[in-house]
Amino acid sequence: MAGDRRDGRIVIVGASLAGLRAAEALREEGFTGSLTVVGDEPYPPYDRPPLSKQVLLGHVAADTTGLPMRRDPDADWRLGVRATGLDPVDKRVVLAEGESLPYDRLLVATGTRARPWPNPREAALDGVFTLRTRDDAAGLAERLAAGPQRVLVIGGGFTGSEIASACRERGLEVTVTERGPAPLVGALGGTLSKLAAAMHRNNGVDLRCGVTVTALRGDGNGRLTGADLSDGSRVEADVCVAALGAVRNVEWLAEAGLAAGPRGLACDAGCRAFDMYGIVTDDVFVAGDVSRFPHPLFEYQLLSLEHWGNAVAQAEVAAHNMVSAGPLRRPHLALPTFWSTQFGLNIKAVGVPTLSDHVVIAQGSLEERRVVMVYGYRGRVTAAVTVDMAKSLPYYQHLIETAAPFPPVPGAADRPIAAEIPVPSDVPDPKGLSHGPTVALTGHLPDRRLTVVQPTS
Amino acid sequence: MAAETLLERITDYANRSDPYPLYAELREAGRVVRQEDGSYLVGTYHEISALLHDPRFSADPRNLTAPPEGAPKPPFLRLDDPEHHRLRTLAMRPFGPPHSPGRIDAMRGEITEVTDELLDGLRDRAQIDVVDDFAYPLPVTVICRLLGVPREDEPLFREWSNAIVASADVRPEDKDSIEQDRAGDQARIEMGQYLVNLAEQRRGHPTGDMLSAFVNEPDPAMLLTREELAETAVLLLIAGHETTVNLIANGVLTLLRRPDQLDRLRREPDLLPRAVEELLRYEPPVHMRERIPLADVEIAGTSIAKGTSTVLALASGNRDPKRFHEPDRFDPTRPDNEHLGFGSGIHLCYGAPLARVEAQAALGALIPHLGTAYLLQDPPPYRYAAMLRGPRHLPIEMQQPWPC
Repeated sequence: MAGDRRDGRIVIVGASLAGLRAAEALREEGFTGSLTVVGDEPYPPYDRPPLSKQVLLGHVAADTTGLPMRRDPDADWRLGVRATGLDPVDKRVVLAEGESLPYDRLLVATGTRARPWPNPREAALDGVFTLRTRDDAAGLAERLAAGPQRVLVIGGGFTGSEIASACRERGLEVTVTERGPAPLVGALGGTLSKLAAAMHRNNGVDLRCGVTVTALRGDGNGRLTGADLSDGSRVEADVCVAALGAVRNVEWLAEAGLAAGPRGLACDAGCRAFDMYGIVTDDVFVAGDVSRFPHPLFEYQLLSLEHWGNAVAQAEVAAHNMVSAGPLRRPHLALPTFWSTQFGLNIKAVGVPTLSDHVVIAQGSLEERRVVMVYGYRGRVTAAVTVDMAKSLPYYQHLIETAAPFPPVPGAADRPIAAEIPVPSDVPDPKGLSHGPTVALTGHLPDRRLTVVQPTS
Repeated sequence: MAAETLLERITDYANRSDPYPLYAELREAGRVVRQEDGSYLVGTYHEISALLHDPRFSADPRNLTAPPEGAPKPPFLRLDDPEHHRLRTLAMRPFGPPHSPGRIDAMRGEITEVTDELLDGLRDRAQIDVVDDFAYPLPVTVICRLLGVPREDEPLFREWSNAIVASADVRPEDKDSIEQDRAGDQARIEMGQYLVNLAEQRRGHPTGDMLSAFVNEPDPAMLLTREELAETAVLLLIAGHETTVNLIANGVLTLLRRPDQLDRLRREPDLLPRAVEELLRYEPPVHMRERIPLADVEIAGTSIAKGTSTVLALASGNRDPKRFHEPDRFDPTRPDNEHLGFGSGIHLCYGAPLARVEAQAALGALIPHLGTAYLLQDPPPYRYAAMLRGPRHLPIEMQQPWPC
């Protein structure tokens, strides 16, 4: 049985971090069959975190972030080819040119794409960008290097904040608009969002919260000139980046009868996809940003993450389970972790900050810009976020893993008086934000109606 | 139960050459093991890691016993946040990122030169002492240049360093320890004075070294006080040459005991960085650290009272089979090798980047010449300290002089 699973045909759709790590892990696990990796971008797998940081700063070129390979996965790389459909009965992936790839087991690792500016005519103006791919980053970096008059960033999530930070570091004028009350509020809640807002303003960002962009304006030649805001004001800008969060790449699965929807493709803790009735498949696996998986530490709700570390960990579990028989399979239990660098600060988190009712400053202080914020839900620790205190994170990770009581017990040498005073976490409904959440609890049911999408055409 | 506690046996010099069976015994005895004197000993990986990250555990010895009148303040290695963070950040400014990225990497060429010079001097020798002829002089020369300390003063600071290392060693309390502590404090004061004087000579005349950087810092908020400069410089000079010597000597010893691995590294020199990491796991230069809880803390089902000495046996955690597959095997290709050789948490070794470069350069240069060498004494004689464990001498026979 186990021997059979090490042979056969495996197709991986998605040639980014999760797809690459899964391909390597399959070979590491002893898979000797044929392996095909399909990717719609024409490039070998590359790393995305530097695209909003070092690349925009001009420290490295956008085409230099290729991911190092841990080993040669000995795969047939079908790059620059889009998968457009899936036939789960005949077990075939349909490609854009009409060709189809037969498989014995399939891994869906199609990830996400940047949510585009909703008005296509305005989005097509010269100077309007999104940031997700290498090409996006190359174009934006080139434009920033040319010294625009002002950059408008729509959305104060992690990507938007990192872009604003890079612009200020380059000495560029930048305006950030955020529909919610402060940057990062959707991911980190009220208290740290106030620190984020202060960091924006102290670094010279023109930060406008509680407003939306109602229209992008262009000159007669199709070049961006600025934007109208919902408060009636106008921003003159020759570059605009729509940082509105991500859209899961699930449209190609629309006819496949799987539990795929706006929140991703639902799977069990072993990375096996559910079909639309909530029945688990045994030949379709899923990993990375496109997945939606249950986690026992978070009430078994299905989590949607857009985290680098999750893509790696989940890809390895998926690969293991693709070549292992039932009792030898492993669950994907890794805690969500993510990091961001902006305005000279290192922000790092573990757990699910949005699953919280209260927060407390456990170490350090907001004034020092050096802080450990611990998040609690119904009396237990569910997340921790550090600002320039990343070495402290493993302790809090342990508290989350052991469902330790909230607030954390006293005793830290640098515990502030504030540690005695939990305050509401103030995590708003993501519907009221410009930026999508990068970590979201999406409920318990894989077959909820909301997971059904219609093909767009 | 033997009359001697495990800590007494581990620190007993008679067991210095192979403490690993005692570490296995420690891990068998439990995850948190109470000693007869009331202190605790921890030898399992996950518990050590948890304690190293626990903000309720202090590194400051003043939480254990009040220091004698006039004793110098501990260096940042033995302070807690936020004071530890402030001093470590200031000390880091001329050493590493974010203020001085690339400083250590830029020393690779210089370190290789020092290595080559040392090896040149050994070319016609049939027998060498790896410690005295190579593993000790290399890091001493490097740290002297980096800090700005005259190399010829080595006999002077070696004596102070010996006294400080002896007083800082982990050992059961006895009547000798009071005398040792006093001698250690005295040595720290004298060595600090010596280093502050060197720094003062560079005020206004910077010579590119770290002492110059400390006294010529233009931002008054980033200046170390005289006392802080003394403590920090003493720490860096000692840590810079009392640890890497063990890493290099342990490396040669380990490889000469395993000709297959030596041969493999000679054929695959690209494995060297990973081999150094494996050495840091398998034969780490620092075997133990002490921590003191600031509150009553429950760990692995045991309650440790506030103010109780808790010794973390890092070298035992590195051999914990619950963390490392076949932990007693030296495997330069070991995956997922998150060892405790540099500690973990906020006190993670400040000098780790330098130690890595030094060990890689030293072993990389030596390995091609070790093909026909053998150990003249196995086990070799060890230095007295249990915490900073390594050979005092490592005599080897080269058999044939190496080609030029």
